[in-house]
Amino acid sequence: MSATATPSRTGDPTGDDPPGGRAPVGVRVALRHRLAERGVDRQLLLLVPAALFVLVLFIYPFGYGVGLSFQPTEGGPFATYQEFFTDAYLRDTIWTTLSLSLPAALLNVAASVPIAYRMRGRFRGKRLLTTVLVVPITLGTVLTAQGLLNFLGPTGWFNRTLLAVGLTDDPIRLTNNYWGVFFSIVITGFPFAFLLVLSYLSGIDPTLERAAATLGANWWQRFRRITLPLLAPGLATTFCLTFVLAFSVFPSAVLVGDPAGTTRVISIAAYDAAYVQYDYPMAATIAVLMGLVELLVIAAVLGWRALLYTGSTAGGKG
Amino acid sequence: MSFAQLRLDGVTRSFAGHDALTDLNLTVRSGEFIALLGPSGCGKSTALNCLAGLLPLTRGSIWSDDTRLDTVQAERRGFGMVFQNYALFPHMSVRRNIAFGLQMRRLPRAEIRRRTEEAIRLVRLEEHANKLPGQLSGGQQQRVAIARAVVLEPALVLMDEPLSNLDAKLRLEMRTEIRRLHQSLGLTTVYVTHDQEEALSLADRLVVLREGRVQQIGTPEELHTRPANWHVADFMGYRNLLRLRADDRTGQDEVVVTGHGLRLVGTPVGPVRAGAEVIAGVRPEDLRITGPEEGVPAVVEVVEYQGREVAVEARTADGVQFNLRTQTRPTLGERIGIVVDPVRLLVFPADGTDADGDDRPAGEPAEEPTTGDSR
Ligand SMILES: Nc1ncnc2c1ncn2[C@@H]1O[C@H](COP(=O)(O)OP(=O)(O)O)[C@@H](O)[C@H]1O
Ligand SMILES: [Mg+2]
Repeated sequence: MSATATPSRTGDPTGDDPPGGRAPVGVRVALRHRLAERGVDRQLLLLVPAALFVLVLFIYPFGYGVGLSFQPTEGGPFATYQEFFTDAYLRDTIWTTLSLSLPAALLNVAASVPIAYRMRGRFRGKRLLTTVLVVPITLGTVLTAQGLLNFLGPTGWFNRTLLAVGLTDDPIRLTNNYWGVFFSIVITGFPFAFLLVLSYLSGIDPTLERAAATLGANWWQRFRRITLPLLAPGLATTFCLTFVLAFSVFPSAVLVGDPAGTTRVISIAAYDAAYVQYDYPMAATIAVLMGLVELLVIAAVLGWRALLYTGSTAGGKG
Repeated sequence: MSFAQLRLDGVTRSFAGHDALTDLNLTVRSGEFIALLGPSGCGKSTALNCLAGLLPLTRGSIWSDDTRLDTVQAERRGFGMVFQNYALFPHMSVRRNIAFGLQMRRLPRAEIRRRTEEAIRLVRLEEHANKLPGQLSGGQQQRVAIARAVVLEPALVLMDEPLSNLDAKLRLEMRTEIRRLHQSLGLTTVYVTHDQEEALSLADRLVVLREGRVQQIGTPEELHTRPANWHVADFMGYRNLLRLRADDRTGQDEVVVTGHGLRLVGTPVGPVRAGAEVIAGVRPEDLRITGPEEGVPAVVEVVEYQGREVAVEARTADGVQFNLRTQTRPTLGERIGIVVDPVRLLVFPADGTDADGDDRPAGEPAEEPTTGDSR
């Protein structure tokens, strides 16, 4: 491109401005450059409609819900919050939900790591194995619950096998209680955890472990000193995602759990308040508290993540 | 696990049925600096990884004196390795990177500290010891990688194209640095490169590889003056490779080669039969330019200024192209004569089995068939 032929347009590398434009080309280019210097990309303005959509569809109801929670049918603005924390039947749902979702998320992350670690290289049948491990995503909670009832229920295959082999005399109760919900959460959450961990792992330069091997590190030391520290931030993110998925568990808590007792999770309490007692302020309060508890857990995990090395996972240049 | 001799015996490695490295026989003596030289994809990294224990052999064996080594795991061989991309641990400081190997050996804390600091000083990174690798320049990262490998005082140091990611000036500096470390620490080094100049200047002995096979093993002088075949010659800077035919009047020490309107006298290397197809090779600096009445008549086509010397491309009436180097600068289109010293014109048998060479036009520099890089 010859700069001398069109001196007025030297600052315009793309040349896509219409030639008949009234504003001097130089000024428009300069504006773009000035914006770019401040980190403003004009094309990001294209995101404005989407942002508005999010605002209208999510932020507004959220604000409405928070507002509603401070307008109880009787008492001061914090009456429903007080009621929630004084009524053990309501208060304990937080604990019930956490005692399901935290171990389930932890187990999912912990189980994903060794499996993904074994599968990080290339091998025959990797795609098939990945597909099999990921299938539960497509099933959905209800089908999973159905399967669990068939498999782990009092007359399911699992108990029938145990009875036939003679390991127990009575069927072990694994559904319609804590364990049914726990298994259901683990099964539906695992594929997410696994896929995430696998992709974090394949982002780690494989020559790092080989370098560690030439320096005398055995497989455990290589994993413990090289791979795990580089993977840990990804594990934190994975934990947060699977935790959030597990925390709002509702269908399996009803279908394979004990929704009136041991698996009365917080979302059931919210459902009861809204659609059984028609106490909308209380339902809104429970929803707000649900969000707060999630935020606290995530903040704790991300706070820990911030202490870790989170930079590049490549071994150098080239 | 130090040794007097490290012996590679028929080392072969194949990937999916295709041999990346075929039948490598090599004896490395303690204290030697060996360079594995060859174009990209010729199996250099494969050979190095086999030595390091990062790749199992398909066939053959590796012996450290009388101990069989190829069945020993990488972490137990005690060889230091410098990777092409350095492979520094990105979450550890320079100091912890260098100390890593010592910690794996469970040495006393004081000794780890002492040897780490010594190694940091050796590669002149005192001010950067607490930085993460990501905060260092390419040359500094390179020095960390070298320090990390040599701090263990390994019986053998393996380096895989350690300078290929650096700019030209730094490359020269680090080359000297590597040679200095090799000598001052009394290391035994196997060094992989595709740069013949680097290999010639660093190594005591060179191993030239092509398509996974050893072409020649020898000292820099031997390879420079007496390449074993035309592939090695091509790699060693014999830029003028001409496909000609040996004349009937071919003797023991001299051979007359003809073709493309040329008639030259050269020195045979290997079995050159009368009447057979040959490849005659000569370096640009071994050709002399005279007036058009002497030597091979040609016309100057390209003149390239290269500091003290001038690189010249000239073409004969039959279209054969010559690369020359002179001190005096000819003008474009000038008619010149090219004189070839019979001692410097090496005549190799043309390997008929080689599919790539047969239809190559005379006078073109031979192109190495590239098998593609593994990376
Ligand atoms: N892991 C691998 N799988 C399949 N082929 C490989 C692998 N590593 C190397 N190769 C092949 O082996 C040959 C030699 O590779 P390499 O030793 O990396 O060459 P160099 O280091 O000399 O450039 C190449 O043809 C390459 O494609
Ligand atoms: Mg290589």
